Amino acid sequence: MSGKSPDNKDPNTTGHIWDGIEEFDNPLPRWWLWVLYLTIIWGIGYTIWMPAWPLLNGTTTAGIGGYSSRADVAADIKHFVDANAAVDSKLTAVELEEIAGDPDLSNYALNGGAAVFRTWCAQCHGKGAGGFTGYPNLIDNDWLWGGTLEDIHTTVSHGIREPADDDTRLNDMPKFGEDLEAEEIDQVVQYLLSISGQEADAGLAETGAEVYADNCESCHDEGGIGNRDLGAPNLTDAIWLFGGDAASIRTTIVHGRAGVMPAWAGRLSESQIRQVSFWVHQQGGGE
Amino acid sequence: MLNYLNLVVLAIITLLAALAANNAVDLPYQIHAIIVVLVAAGVFIYTLMHTNDPPKPRATGYMDGVVKAGVIATAFWGLAGFLVGTIIAFQLAFPVLNFDWAQGYLSFGRMRPLHTSAVIFAFGGNALIAATFYISQRTCATRLWGGNLAWFVFWGYQLFIVLAATGYLMGVTQSKEYAEPEWYVDIWLTVVWVAFLAVFMGTLMKRKEPHIYVANWFLLSFIVTIAMLHLVNNISIPVSIYGSKSVQLFAGVQDALTQWWYGHNAVGFFLTAGFLGMMYYFVPKQAGRPVYSYKLSIIHFWALIFLYIWAGPHHLHYTALPDWAQVLGMVFSVILWMPSWGGMINGLMTLSGAWDKLRTDPVLRMMVISIGFYGMSTFEGPMMSIRAVNSLSHYTDWTIGHVHSGALGWNGMITFGMLYFLVPRLWNRERLYSLSMVSWHFWLATIGIVLYASSMWVTGIMEGLMWREVDAQGFLVNSFADTVAAKFPMYVVRGLGGVLFLAGAIIMCVNLWKTVTSVGEKSSDAAAVPAE
Repeated sequence: MSGKSPDNKDPNTTGHIWDGIEEFDNPLPRWWLWVLYLTIIWGIGYTIWMPAWPLLNGTTTAGIGGYSSRADVAADIKHFVDANAAVDSKLTAVELEEIAGDPDLSNYALNGGAAVFRTWCAQCHGKGAGGFTGYPNLIDNDWLWGGTLEDIHTTVSHGIREPADDDTRLNDMPKFGEDLEAEEIDQVVQYLLSISGQEADAGLAETGAEVYADNCESCHDEGGIGNRDLGAPNLTDAIWLFGGDAASIRTTIVHGRAGVMPAWAGRLSESQIRQVSFWVHQQGGGE
Repeated sequence: MLNYLNLVVLAIITLLAALAANNAVDLPYQIHAIIVVLVAAGVFIYTLMHTNDPPKPRATGYMDGVVKAGVIATAFWGLAGFLVGTIIAFQLAFPVLNFDWAQGYLSFGRMRPLHTSAVIFAFGGNALIAATFYISQRTCATRLWGGNLAWFVFWGYQLFIVLAATGYLMGVTQSKEYAEPEWYVDIWLTVVWVAFLAVFMGTLMKRKEPHIYVANWFLLSFIVTIAMLHLVNNISIPVSIYGSKSVQLFAGVQDALTQWWYGHNAVGFFLTAGFLGMMYYFVPKQAGRPVYSYKLSIIHFWALIFLYIWAGPHHLHYTALPDWAQVLGMVFSVILWMPSWGGMINGLMTLSGAWDKLRTDPVLRMMVISIGFYGMSTFEGPMMSIRAVNSLSHYTDWTIGHVHSGALGWNGMITFGMLYFLVPRLWNRERLYSLSMVSWHFWLATIGIVLYASSMWVTGIMEGLMWREVDAQGFLVNSFADTVAAKFPMYVVRGLGGVLFLAGAIIMCVNLWKTVTSVGEKSSDAAAVPAE
């Protein structure tokens, strides 16, 4: 079988036939072979330059280029740490109120704070800090625990209902499902709808005001205007953390609420906490 | 005599599985044990009913029934896998499609391994088993060795697929990518795979040809290496023999390296070597031309299987894996470029002298474009293994795009070509029902892959750049949520690509069905039968 067929220009075959399939005896394509050689030569060179070959004594060749990923990353980080060292240490040394007046500090804190927020806070509060049900909106003027830079700094540092932090912000919206009659709950729901400017049953709301005075006023204050010292929300505005419709208000009253925000002191540096507090304070709601 | 032995074994399996179902400590394990009871009892009853049948005359000729079954299974699992893939593509674009009522069963996390295993192991695996059984008989000019063992391989493999797939939906996983099935499913696959190896080796050993054809080298390397990878990567200790959970032997970075040694060589030996075996038979047959270069096939075969096995560490660049292992993984991956392209050259150049057939033969066109996609993704792979490139591409959708240009383009298209080749021959039909439907399939699939790959390049490079972007003071510029939001339009494009690819596959199934049901029989004198 081997050899040229007389009637065409095909190269020789190897002479084997399987189920009608033959093989030409073509040489390796020259360019293919040379590229293969080139990659091999490059590979040898690269493994001399880089740490690569395991040795018998349990170590590896270090590579004459002296490369190490750890050293590379460390150098990258050091570059920025060094560049920011002065402004970073100044940020933790000054009083919080002084940050806004110093362009270097405020610029640094805003950029850094935005990055901290994107990395650690956006998961719950949303990437634009607009919040979701159960996670407060941070760009409006409504604050549960206060909106001054100092207040925000305390909240970020110690969290809310964070069991591991002794200085955490703590309050308790009790479950009234057991303490109030179903009827009383209906009434106070209607009262809350009426004081927040929503459509309500006037008769029920009137008796609801009494239920409110007996059970809710001690925290949420007269007329439902809230009390920041206790973290008790203002109930007269249109801003609701867990929803302001009758069904959501009822759920809140019956079951209570206890959202948790982690304490960031110890997880973030003081500088980072100051950066993110400053950034949040600057978003439009800061007091 | 063999029947009685079978009955005893089946009875023991049924009893043990019933015992396992009774003592099960978790529900998925119990369901799996019940499935095994039903299957084993069913086969027991079937065997019992046929025990006194008169002995059949010894079958001669090629054993094609099991290949036919493989063709049907390939088409069926292909449709299932593509459908699930399209659904999860839209789940990523529109998270609302992770329905509340289906949480924990049909959410993305459960469906994703279902998709990957369905396309790789169910669609690809059945295609490889069918191809192996068909090619080895033709190129060895002998009937499959081992009698009904080939049927055991086929049905055993389907049972593996069912156990794996139902397990994923119920949350049974050992959390190793492409090796999710738990310990008892792994043991079953080992049994099936050893039988597969035995059938193949037996057939090779009793071959009538003096030499072993190149396709069989690739198929042998695929079967042997997959066995080795499967055994090592699945070494684990069951928490209870009556429960589905097991604990991996390796921990930390050792486990990661073992996993990606497995994972990358699943690509290398399942999706590359195995499918090259397919290519080396069906392309020269369809083109009617000799293989381009015997020398090239030898050199690129040995280079490919030697180099591939070292390339796994490139999945772990810039991780806890030591630098030296990353560097070696990268170097072997880059050197792998030409050995991979050897297969492309041999496939494409086999058409020299027959290029005109591309105008008239859409099946050949399908095979050729699959080789084109093979060449593209085996260039892209070494490039992405370069650490500097990988620092941008790793963890991004670029990887997903790379995998799919290989899987849809290379594995999918060559398998479609094989199915178009096999169905008329296996069912002894004159021709395919419709060549224009093959053309439709070709264009739908090709456009679908282009949409898929290009949208993933765009989002992959975009999110890689967004992740690494820092400002002048070293602060991160984008949040992760920003990158997710930015990807939305490309996710929709990717989903549409999947729809086109799925539509093409549906057209293929209709075409193949009509070929069997409404095309006339071929005159029988042409059917080749080996001298037995």
